[in-house]
Amino acid sequence: MQKLDTNQEIDTPEGIAISLSPVGPIVRAQAWMIDNLIYFGVMSVVGTITSLLGSFGMGIYFIVLFFFYWFYPVFFEVLFNGSTPGKKAMNIRVLHIDGTPVSWAASMNRNLLRTVDFLPLFYAFGFISMLLNNRFQRLGDLVAGTMVVYNPSQVILPEITETSAVAPAYPLDAEEQRAILNFAERLDNLSAERSDELASLTGPLLHKSTAPRQQLLAIANWINGRRT
Amino acid sequence: MRQEQFVSQHSEVWHRLSEWLRLNGLNAKDRQASIQTNNLDWYADFDFPSTYRQVCQHLALAKSRQYSQPLLDKIGNLVLAGHQQFYRPKTNLKEKFFTLLLVKLPQTIRQEWILMTISSVLFMGSFIATLIAIQINPDLTYSIVDAGNVAQMEQMYRPDSHARATENREADSDVYMFGFYIMNNTSIGLRTFASGLLFGIGSIVILLFNGLTIGTVAGHLTQLGYIETFWGFVSGHSAMELIAIIISGAAGLKLSAALLRPGQRSRLRALKEHAKIALVMMYGAAAMFFIAAFIEAFWSPRTFIPVNIKYAVGIFLWVLVIAYFCLVGRGKVLDET
Repeated sequence: MQKLDTNQEIDTPEGIAISLSPVGPIVRAQAWMIDNLIYFGVMSVVGTITSLLGSFGMGIYFIVLFFFYWFYPVFFEVLFNGSTPGKKAMNIRVLHIDGTPVSWAASMNRNLLRTVDFLPLFYAFGFISMLLNNRFQRLGDLVAGTMVVYNPSQVILPEITETSAVAPAYPLDAEEQRAILNFAERLDNLSAERSDELASLTGPLLHKSTAPRQQLLAIANWINGRRT
Repeated sequence: MRQEQFVSQHSEVWHRLSEWLRLNGLNAKDRQASIQTNNLDWYADFDFPSTYRQVCQHLALAKSRQYSQPLLDKIGNLVLAGHQQFYRPKTNLKEKFFTLLLVKLPQTIRQEWILMTISSVLFMGSFIATLIAIQINPDLTYSIVDAGNVAQMEQMYRPDSHARATENREADSDVYMFGFYIMNNTSIGLRTFASGLLFGIGSIVILLFNGLTIGTVAGHLTQLGYIETFWGFVSGHSAMELIAIIISGAAGLKLSAALLRPGQRSRLRALKEHAKIALVMMYGAAAMFFIAAFIEAFWSPRTFIPVNIKYAVGIFLWVLVIAYFCLVGRGKVLDET
């Protein structure tokens, strides 16, 4: 099957593949902006407080500035499930490319090397790097073996409207069965006309006469395991 | 098995796993409260690893049976969350700190002796070369450092004003300088490392630039005869600071080595492996920058301490640091996990 999305399939030691969706430059830039606003906000508060303490306070300010500047992302990425507050707001997180949570060493490397990603200005190297690989990794990510992915969204299992189940007129292969199930699960989001139209596309599966939507729904119920 | 049966058969296990993961993410107090209010006393006896594997199997089954995408997504997300929990890094920071200090750091520095040598030659070489060159041709100073900065340095270390400038300084300003040195010097070190990724050019430029500048200032003040004020000031923190810069440079060169001569590996793979080694070196360098900042802020400016004692302490620290990197952790084997 041809690949249409940017999802990365990761094989786990349990012998299954999980799918992760890497985050592109725009969303990451937004997360970065939020983190920067927090950085400037906190530092201006710290600056205001320490400025009351004269040059002693300035010294403290420098130390806080240093640690905040270099280690704020590391602190949050390692201790808060891969997300700085900015990433959390954008619902994204950092993982190793094998899908495991980011370690101290990897987070440290990717954030120290941010310096190079930023060069020559405004993350130009990082941006080019992101466009040149299929995980949207900036240089720091490449070196540390990390990537930024979307948090999976909450899945609510769609209910298939229950009607009497009808066996299809002839055996269906797996792909066809799946298509019919997907149709039934999405029924709520489709207009009546559109769902009739889609159901009619199955052609010989349905009796020509009436209500293609209900007929296909009944088959979906049968595929789903109902027998009455 | 039909999808509907499959879901009704296993949804209890899925629910428990997701509940357990949720509870596990809470702090102890919230967890206890949640267990009591929701009556989840099975939490304590929950066998996470086997349940996780069971759900992994469900995912594999659901996939091979071509169940619908939302169901696959639901189980897939559960597996992903379990995976995150199962393979989270279990770091004992205290233990890690001591193995780093007593074994890993000095071993790594010894292992990287070639890069350490290159970095030393670039930095100390340019430092000593300008230092000597200025004794021969004093005017050279002004072609490297601009006149304003030179005048400022002269003012700072002029024997008659030096004591006044430093001794009357209040304790407040020591903290100020401490903060400033930490921020400024350590950041330079971290950038020296990071810019090694640009095929080493960044690291080399920073090493040479700092070597030349420091060499020029030292040479100029020596040539003016401000020996005791200048060398007395810098001797205490010189070992920590200069060696930290050399290590940062070597760590940067380690990154570039992966790009320039990756050997049998792909460049990317080499880079990942080298970056881990370089990071160990940078932990050492950062710690040394902190110590240097402390000495430079609280010890070096004390003019009431006789200059000979300052020299002695400076030499002692050089011997100590070099001995540490040469001798500590020899013969110890780490089991890398």
